[in-house]
Amino acid sequence: MLDWMAWTWPTAAFFAVIAGLLVTMTVLAIKYPETPRVGILRIETTRGDRLFITLLGSAFINLIWLGLEIGPQPYALIACLAYAVAVFRYV
Amino acid sequence: MNKTVNQKAWFLVLPVLVLVAFSAVIPLMTVVNYSVQDSFGDNVFFWAGLEWFRDMLQSERMWNALGRQLLFSAIILAIQIPLGIFVALNMPKKGVWASVCLVLMSLPLLIPWNVVGTIWQIFGRVDIGLLGHTLDALGIPYNYTQNTLAAWITVVVMDVWHWTSLVALLAYAGLQSIPDAYYQAAKIDQASRWKVFRYIELPKMAGVLMIAILLRFMDSFMIYTEPFVVTGGGPGNATTFLSIDLVKMALGQFDLGPAAAFSIMYFLTILLISWVFYTVMTNLDRQEGPQ
Repeated sequence: MLDWMAWTWPTAAFFAVIAGLLVTMTVLAIKYPETPRVGILRIETTRGDRLFITLLGSAFINLIWLGLEIGPQPYALIACLAYAVAVFRYV
Repeated sequence: MNKTVNQKAWFLVLPVLVLVAFSAVIPLMTVVNYSVQDSFGDNVFFWAGLEWFRDMLQSERMWNALGRQLLFSAIILAIQIPLGIFVALNMPKKGVWASVCLVLMSLPLLIPWNVVGTIWQIFGRVDIGLLGHTLDALGIPYNYTQNTLAAWITVVVMDVWHWTSLVALLAYAGLQSIPDAYYQAAKIDQASRWKVFRYIELPKMAGVLMIAILLRFMDSFMIYTEPFVVTGGGPGNATTFLSIDLVKMALGQFDLGPAAAFSIMYFLTILLISWVFYTVMTNLDRQEGPQ
């Protein structure tokens, strides 16, 4: 099964991180339930929503970074991290 | 009051989880794996890193297909939404004719995509098709296999024929849910037809219209079968939309890596647009809620 899926270490690590984030979020949601809040986008968001906005935004940040040849790709992760902090703080 | 906790119910979700895993999650993971590698078949892969993503982002072919796709979706929405509302407003509200209209409107929706394509492919042919032959006899130059404009008109008209009734049915459902009291109040105030539409019907239809716009946008953005059957993406590349280009790349040229990178960007775009629509829709509901 794993053979036809053509796994590589970087992609496996990528999915492991996402799975880890989802599990963490689920555990957090069970242990510390929260009420949705309204941030600068004026939409109701929970932690899960903010994680989704972060991941989707990060994908686009990476694509823009690559497309416009801003710099070495790993540095895009720093921009993503800053974006994530902003999303979790203000959205 | 003690709440009964029964975690066994979670097992009922399992079949859906397995189904989604095999139909969506695992194939998507495989596509991500393909996008960073190169393959010449035989299940042998070579690491390529971000090369395919870079290639695709700089590929004129992809940007052109995206441009055509956006233009197609914009035309489709600009025609189908107003036309669907217009049809819904003019449909009988009750009686036998209401049922007849509903059945007639749902007929195009029941026809499979490839059959719709075949119908229009034959209908538009100059030698044997009713439409193509008639236009030709009237002296109007129309050949969708050679003329870009004719190909676009055929594909757009075909989609309008196929899907406008979906918008009409949704708008009709929205209209039916408006209580008579609103119309009576408007009559007392001597509101014009336009004002009744603008201040009663349109706001009450807003929810279903958002669903209609979302459905039509997504469906037209992912359109494959109909233009593939009618024009095959031609003449030249004139009607090669994103999905047609993607299939050409993945299956025609067997460029799995670039096609996978292309698919991921296509998927991300659709995900972003769907999320925006979904968010707007749920927030509309929330604002309407307390009234």
